[in-house]
Amino acid sequence: MAAKSTLVNMVAVLGITCLLCSAILGGTYAVTEEPIRVTAAEKTAKSISEVLPAFSAVEEITDGDVTYYKAVADTALVGYAIRSTVVGFGGPLTLLVGITADGIVYNTSVLSHSETPGLGAKCTTDQKFMSQWKNLNPAEKVLAVTKEGGSIDAITASTITSKAYTKAVSNALEFFNALSEEVPVISSEAEKSNEEGGQSNE
Amino acid sequence: MSKNLKLIGDGLVKNNPTFVLLLGMCPTLATTTSAINGMSMGLATLFVLVLSNIVISLIAPAVPDKVHIPVYIVVIATFVTMLQLLMQAFLPDIYEALGLFIPLIVVNCIVLGRAEAFANKNGVLASACDGIGVGLGFTLALTVLGLVREMLGSGSAFGWNFVGGHDGMLAFVMAPGAFICLGYLMVVFNKIFKK
Repeated sequence: MAAKSTLVNMVAVLGITCLLCSAILGGTYAVTEEPIRVTAAEKTAKSISEVLPAFSAVEEITDGDVTYYKAVADTALVGYAIRSTVVGFGGPLTLLVGITADGIVYNTSVLSHSETPGLGAKCTTDQKFMSQWKNLNPAEKVLAVTKEGGSIDAITASTITSKAYTKAVSNALEFFNALSEEVPVISSEAEKSNEEGGQSNE
Repeated sequence: MSKNLKLIGDGLVKNNPTFVLLLGMCPTLATTTSAINGMSMGLATLFVLVLSNIVISLIAPAVPDKVHIPVYIVVIATFVTMLQLLMQAFLPDIYEALGLFIPLIVVNCIVLGRAEAFANKNGVLASACDGIGVGLGFTLALTVLGLVREMLGSGSAFGWNFVGGHDGMLAFVMAPGAFICLGYLMVVFNKIFKK
């Protein structure tokens, strides 16, 4: 039968339980810390090579709260991979946006997200959505979903995620523009988007 | 031994946590968007359930009544956090799909419910078997529910698409579809197994 509920008993049992549990957790953390770090680093390295053309060296730079990676081939600048975090549907959505030296979005990749599985989480698998970000020239497109007069086709039933994704890319572009000395021309009008506007999935 | 086997069988059928006891509805409805997600969530819960049942059946005699719930929760939370760290380290892909729901296992009433209703009154082996049975029952239910929803909602089974890239009926991936499928599966389950 259970021990008597005296003050000493209760404090002792709860105290010992918490102590033991924290010790076990501390041990688990110590064991898993290294693999978790390695996995995360590998994933970042793989993402950088996905979002930028071939490069020979990469340098991690932190500027304020933005982390970006400067990729060079020999001495010429290949481009920047910029970490861009926005609020998605289920929580923070972090993208790695690769922008080449001439201001073209080469490719994008999702580093972490908490979107709904089967809906917003499709932003990591939906080829139709993802291919829109390949070789995207910001001067030719309007970075907004078609519903809002832009030229990005949203993922079906995941407009909020698609909007967040678009926002993350345009934030990265803004950062790139501030970064590079010669500012590329960015279209401010929505003229060109209307032709493509009819293809919405909705 | 046959008593312990019966405990496992009971967890699967007579005490099936999802279809009969209707416990742990939050992870049931939230994670069964696909068969793989449902099965992973079920297995994660199975892991926590077996370990917490074993530990709780061992420490129960030493725990004063008035603090038994905090003690059990600490034990369960420890196993869940361990599971989370281990998955993050060694199964990063599954962790990405389920990451959000793993911490919720702490408050899954199946785990605390089995600790309260079974493990603190029974021996280690019986408690372990009860954990395995109930955990398997939960895994089975989640996998079936996930499979049905994935087939109707995304037109695929275990990630394999059988309708040639077309979208399924999206409602089944979302919350209303979860309730509808769960309701019909409960009807079928109880029709077959209830005497």
